[in-house]
Amino acid sequence: MTDFPLPQNAIVVRLDTRIMSPTDVDRNQSPMPPAVPAGRDLRLDLFRGLALWLIYLDHIPSNMVSWVTIRNYGFSDATEIFVFISGYTAAYVYGREMNNRGVVVASARILKRAWQVYVAHIFLFVIYMAEIAYVAASFENPLYSEEMGILNFLKQPDVTIIEAMLLKFKPANMDVLPLYIILLAGFPPMLWLLLRNATVALAASVALYAFTWRFELNFPAYPSGTWVFNPMAWQLLFVFGAWCALGGAERIGPLMRSRTAFWLAVVYLVCAFLITMTWYFPRLAIYVPKWFSEWMYPIDKTNLDVLRFAHFLALATLTLRYVPRDWSALTSPVMRPAILCGQHSLEIFCSGVFLSFIGHFAMVEISDGLAMQVVISVLGIVAMVATAALISWYKNVEGRKAPRQATPNADLAGGEA
Amino acid sequence: MRMLIAGLCAAALAGPLAGPGRAADDAACYVAGSLVHADFPLPRVAAAIDRKHVTVVVVGSASSTLPGADGAAKAYPARLQESLTRRLGDATVKVVTRTKARDTASEMVKTLRQVLSEDKPDLVIWQTGTVDAMLGVDPDEFQTALGAGLDLLRAGNADAVFVNMQYSPRTDSMISLGAYIDAIRFVALQREIPLFDRLAVMKDWNEMGVFDLSTATKKIDVAEKVHDCIGRMLGRLVVDGAMLAKTNVTGSGNADVTTNKDNH
Repeated sequence: MTDFPLPQNAIVVRLDTRIMSPTDVDRNQSPMPPAVPAGRDLRLDLFRGLALWLIYLDHIPSNMVSWVTIRNYGFSDATEIFVFISGYTAAYVYGREMNNRGVVVASARILKRAWQVYVAHIFLFVIYMAEIAYVAASFENPLYSEEMGILNFLKQPDVTIIEAMLLKFKPANMDVLPLYIILLAGFPPMLWLLLRNATVALAASVALYAFTWRFELNFPAYPSGTWVFNPMAWQLLFVFGAWCALGGAERIGPLMRSRTAFWLAVVYLVCAFLITMTWYFPRLAIYVPKWFSEWMYPIDKTNLDVLRFAHFLALATLTLRYVPRDWSALTSPVMRPAILCGQHSLEIFCSGVFLSFIGHFAMVEISDGLAMQVVISVLGIVAMVATAALISWYKNVEGRKAPRQATPNADLAGGEA
Repeated sequence: MRMLIAGLCAAALAGPLAGPGRAADDAACYVAGSLVHADFPLPRVAAAIDRKHVTVVVVGSASSTLPGADGAAKAYPARLQESLTRRLGDATVKVVTRTKARDTASEMVKTLRQVLSEDKPDLVIWQTGTVDAMLGVDPDEFQTALGAGLDLLRAGNADAVFVNMQYSPRTDSMISLGAYIDAIRFVALQREIPLFDRLAVMKDWNEMGVFDLSTATKKIDVAEKVHDCIGRMLGRLVVDGAMLAKTNVTGSGNADVTTNKDNH
């Protein structure tokens, strides 16, 4: 069953150690590539936690605080960070699983995870339905008869609910989890290939991406159009994350840390920043040559535009340079809230979507002034951190009650990828 | 920052003050005045003004109308007609409304074809975006439809002004407008079409406490005032666009021409 045996102590690296210390216990003991690197890289948790906060802020409409989020200063946004790190952790967790326990077991666990995400998505959909039904029953204003048309689907719940369960009907801001479900569902064969030959796997991913662009493939949506995040394009970032987790990071590390890469990244980020400014100050747009605009636009979020991917890579290059893996601040209490959130990403993502509903509701019902926006933004993040702390505490308690059994990585694999 | 602070104060005062007694006078409308400017000239309107006969057609969906017996007279197209008549003095102004409740941009392109042959407009005010966003029409398709419509208008010798979505705080979290806002803005810039940013203007009113847009009400007074303001500000934008065309002909391309003589 075990194709690439890891040293026996690889299994020991689990649960508590991963939270408190950047353990690289057996990094140098792995007998052969492509071994799954051991020890959790806290940077992943940190940046995923931050991405979850940014996604929350971006999901509250008309929120001035969301001016701090990275989407306003360049092409890519928190979604890229989230998808990349999700790919990385999925490969990290299930790659080990596939090595230790075989393809079938690991695949089953990945699909179980996809199922969990699906259930979470449907749960959020129910909350959304409740909100919209409330608004339909209580809000009337002659100015907005058109916008209230969004509520028409309540008149045919049979169609709407079925389309939602088929992941075709996706309310506003509920597009990330369906993407994640498809990425996970398609992951087992990709992971298998990644463990056999990472280069071929990455090439296959790039080919699918190119194919998707060339033939404009996407999944259909309801009532019309296509998916907001095209899984066949966004898989590139997910697989790239997975590839990095399975040894790719070491391979491109020297390149990413080179001076050339650094300066390229800086120049690219500055250019992207300047271009972004023309979106907010349209009068600056005259300084962008017409041929350049025509070449550049539209910067396609649905299909993960190459410019967005490059922007993410540039950000990652700078991050690698300034945030080393053994950065002492990673274990400091200041970073702990974000890291905690990043370690329970599914739960915290869902909390974020739910809290953004509540936050917007409070803004409409009570006040939508700037002070209220700040309060809601801060309270929401505090609630997310509290939720993450609660989940950690609970998992610890559970872990203590039933100490290590035959399936040592259950918690890590089930809860964190 | 100034607006933020003012918005904060306004929001705090909004409850007690935003009653029907607050008249939508010019000053109230033009709280958001800085958000409306003719970025591009409207040469065909300028020519029509010289001929003393201006025909404007409003093509749009339900948010260009108001319900009720009085609706047509109180909605922004009628207010635009009044504003233009007042501003243009001796020219005859006719504003025709061609709205259909649930039309997407690509359905409106068909309407445009009809409008061009039947109404012979000098200017088409094209209000769109909300329906496409609610249906989740592919933003690329939406953008293509906008381009196709503008091609038709150019061929039919009519100027165009875009009007984007309303700001609707209640449904803000339920309709993803982002991609469609960007598409309209992009096409407007690329094709040099003035955009009346209704969304930004209404958001500003709401923030400044000029109009409270999140209250549930059956009364139509606030809606009428909102439309009145939109009509007036559109009127100013159209006249500015025409002036811009004239100054461009004489060689000084000043994008900041404003004629604030709406002393009503």
